[in-house]
Amino acid sequence: MNNIFVYCEIEDGHVAEVSLELLTKGRKLANEIDRKLEAVVIGHNLSGIEKQVFPFGADVIHIADNSRLYPYVTLPHAEIIVNLFDQEQPEIALFGATSVGRDLAPRVASKLKCGLTADCTSLVFGDHTENKTGKEYKNLLYQIRPAFGGNIIATIINPDTRPQMATVREGVMKKEVFNSTHQGEIKHINVDTILNDSHMAIEIIERHIEKQKINIKNSQIIISGGYGVGSKENFELLYELADLLGGEVGASRAAVDAGFVDHARQVGQTGVTVRPKLYIACGISGAVQHTAGMNESAKIISINNDPKAPINQIADYVITGNVEDVIPKMIKFYKKNTK
Amino acid sequence: MSFKIVVLAKQVPDTRNVGKDAMKADGTVNRGALPAIFNPEDLHALEQALRVKDRIDGAEIIILTMGPPRAAEIIREAMYRGADTGYLITDRKFAGSDTLATSYAISLAVKKLQPHLVIAGRQAIDGDTAQVGPQVAEKLNIPQVTYCEEVLEINEDELIIKRRLERGVEVVKCKTPLLITVHSSAPTCRPRHAKLLMKFKHARTVSELVEETKDYTEMMTNKPYLRVEEWSVVDLDANVEFLGLSGSPTKVKKIENVVLARKDSVHLTPDDKDMDYLMKELIDSHVIG
Repeated sequence: MNNIFVYCEIEDGHVAEVSLELLTKGRKLANEIDRKLEAVVIGHNLSGIEKQVFPFGADVIHIADNSRLYPYVTLPHAEIIVNLFDQEQPEIALFGATSVGRDLAPRVASKLKCGLTADCTSLVFGDHTENKTGKEYKNLLYQIRPAFGGNIIATIINPDTRPQMATVREGVMKKEVFNSTHQGEIKHINVDTILNDSHMAIEIIERHIEKQKINIKNSQIIISGGYGVGSKENFELLYELADLLGGEVGASRAAVDAGFVDHARQVGQTGVTVRPKLYIACGISGAVQHTAGMNESAKIISINNDPKAPINQIADYVITGNVEDVIPKMIKFYKKNTK
Repeated sequence: MSFKIVVLAKQVPDTRNVGKDAMKADGTVNRGALPAIFNPEDLHALEQALRVKDRIDGAEIIILTMGPPRAAEIIREAMYRGADTGYLITDRKFAGSDTLATSYAISLAVKKLQPHLVIAGRQAIDGDTAQVGPQVAEKLNIPQVTYCEEVLEINEDELIIKRRLERGVEVVKCKTPLLITVHSSAPTCRPRHAKLLMKFKHARTVSELVEETKDYTEMMTNKPYLRVEEWSVVDLDANVEFLGLSGSPTKVKKIENVVLARKDSVHLTPDDKDMDYLMKELIDSHVIG
């Protein structure tokens, strides 16, 4: 009872990266408050799935294996989780902030009447004293996220409702094997006693899920452009430099909203979190929304014609100038110095 | 009964292009400096509703929003683009509501309207939570289809919908009643229509009529479609325990302004000398090359 639960997403028989990252985080949180880590896997043809989960430190895996449960649809997954949480009374429940997790977690939270915080960038324990009543709370989950378009950082707590629910995007937490020989307990959920026809209201008639084509998350060099790049055409310069250095092109939300680049390239709170060895920020002012997703880069170069751009504060090199002038020179002098 | 669609919309501060004057000297957000706009994905939702209306004779679009009295602005905006009527949920008792309390209030209003279809934007740009849509669906006990890009087919009791996911698309079939949330990859909303602008420019809520210096009595009697209903806690027969701060399980513990840890940066110009130095430095330290 009162343990830490992680909902594990399944695609083609594999536990999603984001779920493994959350298991890693969940293991650490569980150790801090001396609780167990429990994984929930819902899908079909799941035999052996525990082998993917136990190395990340889960003490228990709850498996719901049924042909009605894959591919993911909202109602049967929500119903199974609500049932499980009613029984197990988790302290904390974590979901990936994916199109699955962001569809499922709010439905579950509404049914359980508990609090949910989306797109957290940090999860830590802390205490709290209620101002009015003086009531004290120990080890609440501080759910930290940028808010208001990324211009402020908010710490959210759920003092009185359980589980404390949060979603986290892929790449925000680090994935680490806890112990490759770690074993846990397998518990099977009896799906037929939970589901009825009313849960199957939505029928999937077609599905094309492609492997991710653009993979900026694993790129060691990222050339990122913001609204300051000015146009889709100017982004060509970034692609040219990225090709030359063997990197990928990233973007800020403003550049994506302006239609300069595809959303898959977006770095930041509502995009991808990256930790490359070189991050070149071109015409990016540096709202927290963005810096939350790249401030752990080993080296940061900022190219901006505004010498006061906030991103300059976290840059190792600040180049004050226009992107159109600077990038061609970087290309030129890279070629010159590698000859 | 004609096919009824409720579109959920929110008036939000435009957080996308926060300029310098939008931040106060102490680093907090100066909300007054940000324009209040129609949440972008809610406009995509309105467009999907209009396309359904194009296909179903006599379909009716009701725009529903919750917020302060001035949020009536987006109801008029929706009317100029083709919504038939609008309702504003407004009451000081709603202040401080998180997504759960908000969903409770909205679900009570939707229940009064009894639509076949509820369409909302996936998320609002001031919070980016994407929670209100699914939570309203749960409170109404109806299915949800999130991340919609297009309603492919529709008849009175069934829809076929294309969803845009991270790595692909999914096409689903579902019977009404149903709630769908619309993704930004969906078509943008059609512009205002000049005739509708003329027709609805005097649409007003009761609170707005009180503020007007001009006498609207005769106009409101002759043109009842200009009346935008306001619903309070009492009108919705809501349990105040489930509203506002008391109905919100999440609490804001702390708001911090963003202070980036300052690094000792090397400052460079686009001169050849500086650029040559930078690229040499990066190559020599094996960051690149």
